[in-house]
Amino acid sequence: MPKDGGIGASSKRREDVRFLTGAGNYTDDINIHGQAYVHFLRSDMAHGTIASIDTTAATAMPGVVRIFTGSDFEGVGGMPCGWQVTDRFGQPMQEPGHPILAQGKVRHVGEPIAAVVADSLEQARDAAEAIEVSIDGLPAVVDMKAALADGATKVHDDLNDNLCYDWGFVEENKDAVAKAIDEAAHVTTLELVNNRLVANPMEPRVAVGDYARGTDESTLYTTSQNPHVIRLLMGAFVLGIPEHKLRVVAPDVGGGFGTKIFHYQEEAFCTFAAKACNRPVKWTSTRSEAFISDAHGRDHVTKIELALDAENNFTAIRTETHANMGAYLSTFAPSVPTWLHGTLMAGNYKTPLVYVNVKAVFTNTVPVDAYRGAGRPEATFQLERVVDKAARELGVDPIALRRQNFITEFPYATPVAVEYDTGDYHGTMDKLEEIADLSGFAARQAASEARGKLRGLGVNCYIEACGIAPSNLVGQLGARAGLYESATVRVNATGGLVVMTGSHSHGQGHETSFAQVVAEMIGIDESMVEIVHGDTANTPMGMGTYGSRSIAVGGSAMVRATEKIIAKAKKIAAHLLEAAEGDIELKDGAFSVAGTDKSVAWGDVTLAAYVPHNYPLEDIEPGLEETAFYDPANFTYPSGAYACEVEVDPDTGKVSIERFAAADDFGNIINPMIVTGQVHGGLAQGIGQALLENCAYDEEGQLLSASYMDYAMPRADDLPMFEVDHSSQTPCTHNPLGVKGCGEAGAIGSPPAVVNAVVDALQSAGKDVTHIDMPLSPDRVWEAMNG
Amino acid sequence: MTQVTITVNGSAASGDAEGRTLLSSFLRDTLKLTGTHVGCDTSQCGACVVHVDGVAVKSCTMLAVEADGAEVTTIEGMANADGSLNTIQQAFQDHHGLQCGFCTPGMVMSAASLLKENPHPTEAEVREYLEGNICRCTGYHNIVKAILAASGQDVGAIAAE
Repeated sequence: MPKDGGIGASSKRREDVRFLTGAGNYTDDINIHGQAYVHFLRSDMAHGTIASIDTTAATAMPGVVRIFTGSDFEGVGGMPCGWQVTDRFGQPMQEPGHPILAQGKVRHVGEPIAAVVADSLEQARDAAEAIEVSIDGLPAVVDMKAALADGATKVHDDLNDNLCYDWGFVEENKDAVAKAIDEAAHVTTLELVNNRLVANPMEPRVAVGDYARGTDESTLYTTSQNPHVIRLLMGAFVLGIPEHKLRVVAPDVGGGFGTKIFHYQEEAFCTFAAKACNRPVKWTSTRSEAFISDAHGRDHVTKIELALDAENNFTAIRTETHANMGAYLSTFAPSVPTWLHGTLMAGNYKTPLVYVNVKAVFTNTVPVDAYRGAGRPEATFQLERVVDKAARELGVDPIALRRQNFITEFPYATPVAVEYDTGDYHGTMDKLEEIADLSGFAARQAASEARGKLRGLGVNCYIEACGIAPSNLVGQLGARAGLYESATVRVNATGGLVVMTGSHSHGQGHETSFAQVVAEMIGIDESMVEIVHGDTANTPMGMGTYGSRSIAVGGSAMVRATEKIIAKAKKIAAHLLEAAEGDIELKDGAFSVAGTDKSVAWGDVTLAAYVPHNYPLEDIEPGLEETAFYDPANFTYPSGAYACEVEVDPDTGKVSIERFAAADDFGNIINPMIVTGQVHGGLAQGIGQALLENCAYDEEGQLLSASYMDYAMPRADDLPMFEVDHSSQTPCTHNPLGVKGCGEAGAIGSPPAVVNAVVDALQSAGKDVTHIDMPLSPDRVWEAMNG
Repeated sequence: MTQVTITVNGSAASGDAEGRTLLSSFLRDTLKLTGTHVGCDTSQCGACVVHVDGVAVKSCTMLAVEADGAEVTTIEGMANADGSLNTIQQAFQDHHGLQCGFCTPGMVMSAASLLKENPHPTEAEVREYLEGNICRCTGYHNIVKAILAASGQDVGAIAAE
């Protein structure tokens, strides 16, 4: 029987009404009286020395307020990187400077060279065309392995070479892993590419800077997943504005998927320029600009080896990855191929020895950073592909090989430094076999064959580390930030609550699901709880939303703050009821004395807190407002098993997804409707990576896929209805809600299922195909079949 | 500058537009109807779909001056007269057919146009019709389901929740 409210109910989303009626308040909907507009003149060359910039003619154009170039920012800090990786030899990564506007050189197509501020956007664009820029071209470094070759052109003259770091994990295991591979009964090797992607939230980035001269306060409205992080990074490291003089607002945000975590030059520019020009300055990215200025995702080239003993038990895994950083280090870029990738290489399996080597490389391309899943999709893809390949080489059932090697006892300490608290991998696989109707596959394959199509089945598992993260742990790993979350719960005199959270909702439905939790804890209607987020002026210090952390970390902070509220409210109730505090029970929004019929309503207690006529003033303060910061004890470990069925057209190589089933274990669930929707979206992005999406550069560093005409976003007719189940639930043991997070699972778990399915279809048809690199476009599949 | 006058959501509205001003910009910047969104610059994403004289149009592909004298309906004009969600909007909420909400105005406008042309579409017809509307959040599953539900079809058999 579905619940009609509180934890576990599929409450309809309250935010939908404004989105469905055009009443949302996205950053581009914000216009401040007197605002000017900025247009960035961006490099159309991947690499070169700026010989000259002549703004004389442009400055005289109508409406131009001021034109900025790199020299205007010489006294200003560069864009900071929030994570320092230490390499195999104990040395810090190479960390280049990252200017707001190019200084001396351009290093990727899209790097901003000049910024025109004008009365209207059209005037700014017109004037930008009148700027004369002369760039002496340099050879572009695009391919990662070429970038590391002796004599390669350097992306940054002041660095030793193009190697950001050479990371080994766990370095002490390296020799033991090599020995295990040498002595293995069987070793399966796979070389693969994890294709570069562009996150493409449908709302392009926007920044509006405002400055109040009278109070010396700056405000930035921005499309961010974490306004407090932007305030800290921009205030402390870029512009030198103390946090109490800087407000960052991220209102309704139209999707993030990671790419709106990072602090970007345009945000710093608009804040800086608003003060310099003494008027608000607004920037709205076009989609074409987004392709060359939003941080990209993925872009790994990997070799993985899986060693097995004579009984098909996994004995060792060794991986070697080149990870593209692009031209500069985006905010969290160094962490993605390392701590968000290497730590997941054990997957769902009890492999005793793992060694991960990652070489991060600078190239003349747009910076690469976290995109939905961030490191975990790359780990899952290589692991689940190599396991599948091993099963085929050994002639065993891919599911049986996985089951044989599943971790079954928890907590489980992996050889890659993390400890899984809970999981039931057989349980999710059982559920998958049921919802995917795997027993019916043979009949469906025969039916496809009768229609001239090749049908394949691909299955895989995944594990992810979410709810990032314990601050003391990530500090040891190089994070330059803590990763707690905060919440303030303010109870009003009339009983309604306002919860101010450091988490940020940009599609996840926090305004609904967070209210469900608090309403359940107190026993009141959800409509009495309002969730406030996205404004540093209205919320306590927070770290924002990414890494499937909101309910696990932000939700836990909210629970802790609400527990404090309830504890204080019980004291007030005890006074009103003339009873001992220990005898007070809270149920269904009323406080009662245990074993009696004496009770007082929630609203009476909240009123007493603010009208303290009859109140224990000698013991507690009036008012009812509490703040909690929650720092998790561990990551959470969602897991699951996915199955994909494809049909391949043997004449064209076109792949269609016929069925897709996902069985996930997210621990406890607050709102099943929202969780299911998160999985759907993740699946679409993972299937998009596997079949359609590719961010392609030519050898000169020109981005070939720089619009929706060239970058294949998944459309409605590319995807099937999904079969999603999350009834396998092993609650997280170390957060108060027992939740694990669900935002990234679909994108992490689905790419290997698709590729496994296509390989299965081709092998079932007798083709000698063991791997095809993503995206599995018709030409690649046709070539694999016929090549 | 040219003065452009349109009837938008039943009321007359006018403003100045340059020859190059797109209808999407005119609606958002001049008339302050910010429910219509702009998600790309190649007429691919469909976030800007409005109805012009009853026909679904990507308002980023039409000049404001071309709309002079036209009847335009935007997402702000879709709710029932009493302010409640109309059938399509309600179906989107009931079936969780939106997440971040950015593509949603265009999706609702396209869905309305589809159901006007084809009151009982199949799932395949819905998917094909939405080819010009990109959503990055939902994977389309619940959008398709919402539109089928709005057409009065039983969607109980399509996956839970």
